[in-house]
Amino acid sequence: MDTRSIENGATTLSRRSFLGASAGVFVLGAVLPMRKGFAQAQGAAEGPAAIAAKPGTKVSAFLEIHPDNSIKLLSPFVEGGQGISTGMAQTVGEELDVDPARFVVECAPPGPDYALVNGIRMTGGSYSTRSSYPVMRQLGATARDMFLRAGAARLKVQVEELSTEDGVVIHAASGRKLTYGELAAEAFQLKPAENVPLRDEKSFRYIRKPFPRLDVRDKSTGRARYSIDQHVDGMLFAAVVHAPFFGTEPQSIANEAEAKAMPGVHQVHKLPGAVAVTANSWWRARKAVEALDVTWSEPKPTGLDTIAADFSSDAMLEGLRSNTAKGLSAEEEGDADTAMKNAAKVIEADYHAPYLSHAQMEPPSALAQFAADGSLDVWLPNQMPELFQKVAADTAGLKPEQVRIHSPILGGFFGRHFVYGPANPFPQAILLAKATGRPVKVVWSREEEFLNDALRPLSHTSFRAALDADGNVTAITARTVGEGPLGRYFGVGPVDSSAVEGIVEKPYAIPNRRMEYVKLAHPVNIAFWRSVGHSMNDFFYEGFLDEVALAGGHDPFEYRMKLVEKSQRHKTLLETVAKLSGGWKRGPYEAEGGKRARGVALASPFGSETATIAEVSLDGDGVRVHNLWIAFDPGSIVNPAIVKAQVQSAAALGLSAALVEQVVYGKGVRRDQNYDTYQILTREMMPKVLVEIVESGAPMGGVGEPGLPGVPPAVVNAVAALTGKRVRSLPLANTSLTGA
Amino acid sequence: MIEVTINGGRRRVDVEPDTPLLFVLRDTLGMTGTKYGCGIAACGACTVMMDGQAVRSCQLPIDSIGGAKIQTIDAIEEDDVGRRVVEAWVDLQVPQCGYCQSGQVMAATALLKETPQPTDDDIAAAMTNLCRCGTYNMIADAIRKAAG
Repeated sequence: MDTRSIENGATTLSRRSFLGASAGVFVLGAVLPMRKGFAQAQGAAEGPAAIAAKPGTKVSAFLEIHPDNSIKLLSPFVEGGQGISTGMAQTVGEELDVDPARFVVECAPPGPDYALVNGIRMTGGSYSTRSSYPVMRQLGATARDMFLRAGAARLKVQVEELSTEDGVVIHAASGRKLTYGELAAEAFQLKPAENVPLRDEKSFRYIRKPFPRLDVRDKSTGRARYSIDQHVDGMLFAAVVHAPFFGTEPQSIANEAEAKAMPGVHQVHKLPGAVAVTANSWWRARKAVEALDVTWSEPKPTGLDTIAADFSSDAMLEGLRSNTAKGLSAEEEGDADTAMKNAAKVIEADYHAPYLSHAQMEPPSALAQFAADGSLDVWLPNQMPELFQKVAADTAGLKPEQVRIHSPILGGFFGRHFVYGPANPFPQAILLAKATGRPVKVVWSREEEFLNDALRPLSHTSFRAALDADGNVTAITARTVGEGPLGRYFGVGPVDSSAVEGIVEKPYAIPNRRMEYVKLAHPVNIAFWRSVGHSMNDFFYEGFLDEVALAGGHDPFEYRMKLVEKSQRHKTLLETVAKLSGGWKRGPYEAEGGKRARGVALASPFGSETATIAEVSLDGDGVRVHNLWIAFDPGSIVNPAIVKAQVQSAAALGLSAALVEQVVYGKGVRRDQNYDTYQILTREMMPKVLVEIVESGAPMGGVGEPGLPGVPPAVVNAVAALTGKRVRSLPLANTSLTGA
Repeated sequence: MIEVTINGGRRRVDVEPDTPLLFVLRDTLGMTGTKYGCGIAACGACTVMMDGQAVRSCQLPIDSIGGAKIQTIDAIEEDDVGRRVVEAWVDLQVPQCGYCQSGQVMAATALLKETPQPTDDDIAAAMTNLCRCGTYNMIADAIRKAAG
């Protein structure tokens, strides 16, 4: 195998970078400082006059209030099922004094006012609510103050004589009322006041309430419109077939004339790494493109962005496993070497997890339309409008300000819709719109999506632990080999936090620790995938910690309790999840339908904390998960119903990864092309999921992803309790549990 | 020209006879409420009702429909059972990303037309559509609620 290692992330190739060659200065992490060049470029795109002093302060960038008193909120975030549009309406509505049910929420166009995630704009990293909550509350309060002042001027009274009620300014003494809609023109001319006081939290009517999501009826009646549903007059549909081997190109098409003569076909096109057909329906385009007899260039040796005809995920895993490069310190505390030497017992184990597809239900698409003045409209699924605007502009040969980005709701995302080079259809739509002189909507077939989606990376970690004579752990070391998406796309390094999160910064009082990281670049296009590094690393660590506890003769739950005894937050979570599950018991024990057992795991993802217990039984040679109990502490919340739904949804995805999911490469290509063989969680596999929210009052953490990481280890630890078999790789479907 | 009955109206479409109903709905008729998910009848996002039965329209050639009556999500609230299902979906806040839910609502409506009081096994047997957000439990709860 010829997999090149990029030493410590010092090399950033432009094709692999979100932002071009200088992306390395952009660092995401515990904080997300703004990349200066990016910010300036975006600011300039809007023109200096449009730039507010600070993102999130220009009321008119966020609120449109019409004469009929209807309200549109332009959201910095993309809605993809996580409920952020409703959460934003609750947060702004609380302070603005408008019932959130009356809001229409749309994703805002690109612009510097929306850069609320520590100076950039994105929907991801479970950042949306925690990054914007104080800013959006303040924005609502600032806007309400403007309506009060506009009302005072109109009614010629003092502001102090006025109150508001659901979008109406009221002068109680005279009984006069003015709606926000009636005052909007004047109110938006006023200079926003600074430091407008916020509402007393005790008087909240909307925040912390299980407010119904605003989009549920449209999503239950087919009225919700996704990228794939967009339509403009004169539009052509396009279907594509990509190169069989990553990094190869179309050379010639033997039957182009026949394909062009097929019903409804407009044109046959060669694209970078793909061929396309434009037609008057997508079905006709697809039939024609799949009938093309294409000669592709020979696959190159496996390298960066090239996959050879002999590449396999098994060989890649072996490359990670057998790597001997010196690691970088990801976390170091005490003296692990001495503790290992003095140990009464040392245990070791290797863990790994496979590549994964996002498998979101909406296949990716993009619609591009050039206007008469040469400017461009693009409708596309995306989690970073400004970045897509920049890449779209580069593709079209335009300036960013000539590109209008439209961000419809997402039919699932889970990390799918960042800029992933050849895994995005929008450059194809732009090139085809240019080639045909018509608006073009590209839709990828499900097969093209499974073959070309950017993947959750495969990863491997080796652990060692030292135990003293009493069976207590005195040291733990971990060596993680692989690559994370933050390093690849945002230049985070030399230690890529997205490759080691879940293995470092654990809550356990283990005095000697040495966690190291070796970057080994994947030739595969890699991606963020719901909970990113945590999606596998918490399985690795918590699985191994169970082994450590058992090797020392301890119950895994009681031992975790002991290791977090100085952290009230974690103790509370463990107590809460134990109580939620009817009291901790590991088992095995007899239950309806046979023996069951339970496993527990803690995880600390995205600023939140979780404790998870899973209950399993054997079902033939496989595992049936009956119950998941999750105690979830994100510090504080905006909508308990949405938080619970998100934790349940993340748990389902975590269980899917634990039980059945994997992308397998053999002979240079992916094995599975559709849901018939790429298995995802079905109704049959779905357990009951009980969630209890704990609001510890700690700084607000993320919600969309944190429910996931605890599930795979809790399930695997339960399997160990039930069968005595320790599973150290996912999915569980790969391991025979009956010893066969 | 091929003629089909969709949501009570006769529609004439000029497409190849093997064109799946799904793409007649989405591309020819502009009815995008019915979703493309997999194209191989594995996920159920494209579910519609044909004479009251749930069918996956991505594998239903337009020339095989004949005089059968097609109902799609677009007119679901005009159906008594469909309206109850939608209300249950809204009450229990079932959808997350929502992309699979057109198909889920259609499959649930077909189930309740056939079996007004479904058991858990009936629900499991009828509701095989995939949901990547994992709303399966909420879907089952909503079906029970719609059944009354």
